[in-house]
Amino acid sequence: MKIKKNVAISESGFIFNPTTGDSFSTNPIGLEIIRMLKDEKSKDEIRKAILGKYITDESTFEKDYYDFVMMLVNNQVGDDSE
Amino acid sequence: MKQKITVAVSGLNNIDSPGPGIPVIRALKESNNFDVRIIGLSYETLEPGLYMHHLVDKSYQIPLPSAGIDALLERLTYIHNQEKLDVIIPNFDAELANFMKIENRIKADLGISMFLPTQEQFDERHKANLYEFGEAHGVSVPYSKMMFSTAEIPSITTEFTYPMVVKGRFYEAYIAYNAEQVANYFNKLSAKWGLPIIIQEYVFGSEVNVTALGDGKGNAISAVPMRKLFITDKGKAWAGISLDDSELVDIANKVISSSKWRGGMELEFIKTAENKYYLLEINPRFPAWVYLAAGCGHNQPEALVKLALGQNVEPFGNYEIGKMFIRYSYDMIVDLKEFEQISTVGEL
Repeated sequence: MKIKKNVAISESGFIFNPTTGDSFSTNPIGLEIIRMLKDEKSKDEIRKAILGKYITDESTFEKDYYDFVMMLVNNQVGDDSE
Repeated sequence: MKQKITVAVSGLNNIDSPGPGIPVIRALKESNNFDVRIIGLSYETLEPGLYMHHLVDKSYQIPLPSAGIDALLERLTYIHNQEKLDVIIPNFDAELANFMKIENRIKADLGISMFLPTQEQFDERHKANLYEFGEAHGVSVPYSKMMFSTAEIPSITTEFTYPMVVKGRFYEAYIAYNAEQVANYFNKLSAKWGLPIIIQEYVFGSEVNVTALGDGKGNAISAVPMRKLFITDKGKAWAGISLDDSELVDIANKVISSSKWRGGMELEFIKTAENKYYLLEINPRFPAWVYLAAGCGHNQPEALVKLALGQNVEPFGNYEIGKMFIRYSYDMIVDLKEFEQISTVGEL
């Protein structure tokens, strides 16, 4: 999954998609994940980073990551053609 | 040094379904090239723009379009004798036909310039002809058909499925889910705007609009796309944001280039979930949100005035993306004397 190139992401977690005009806000962990996706990190790299930094388990990460990524795709912030 | 000019502008009805007059005036007042004196042209005595003296220097009532071109010419000649008009920008769909008819005459007789679409362009983009317009210019348009009587309702179900869109000749549109609703909307719209009524295929998606300016030679001077963020119960944008949508701008450029559109215009589209664009409507004048274009760096009304005066205008190029407009309402306190003056003398 890739974050679309023209999507603007601010320090505060405010996300603006200039193609659709939609804007969203995300919490700090969501912002971290989006930044990693924007840097084209793989899902494995993101998993390692999150599990290494926060107290959570693999299955919770899997579920929440999938939900989050689907939300990004549905809102046209991300592109899952990869 | 700025060039001093006098521009007459109509559409001063800055109400919940606003005319484009006040946004056009605001853009002109911010011109880098012109020092503009604004003459307001109004039809009603309660058009708020009449009383906005910081924007409108002097106002005159003009006859309703139904009075015809002779009455309009006579009134414009009177106003010109007082104010020495350089340019007129009419902003109502319903008045455009009359102004188009007299464009050459007032240029020759009074020296007043306008920059309006040709009669052919005006007719071609009419709601009733838009499907054919789309086919001619290679733009997707929902299938539509004119209806002149409620007796035609049973037959339209063979060509359309519910829901379908029932549109008035000039303004307003409703979504009908059954034959009863089609009949109700037919009667409501025909009583208000006359015949024909247009039945249009319903396309589901989000509405995106473009305000644009064509130079009449096939060049798009500017095209700025916007998505409505807040819509009133009349379907008007109360807030919106400029978009980074090159495909939409390309379609607008294609329409302008192919039709050699002359003047300001608004293109209304539906963007489907599959990212396909359907052209719903072309309004033959600037929209009420045209000030957003000026806010994005494309002062379209100023460019239109330059074109009207025969000056060279190059396409603007890039515009600012992610700029928003948010409308608000504002209560002006007006002295009864002013209302009396516009009501009795027709000038303010």
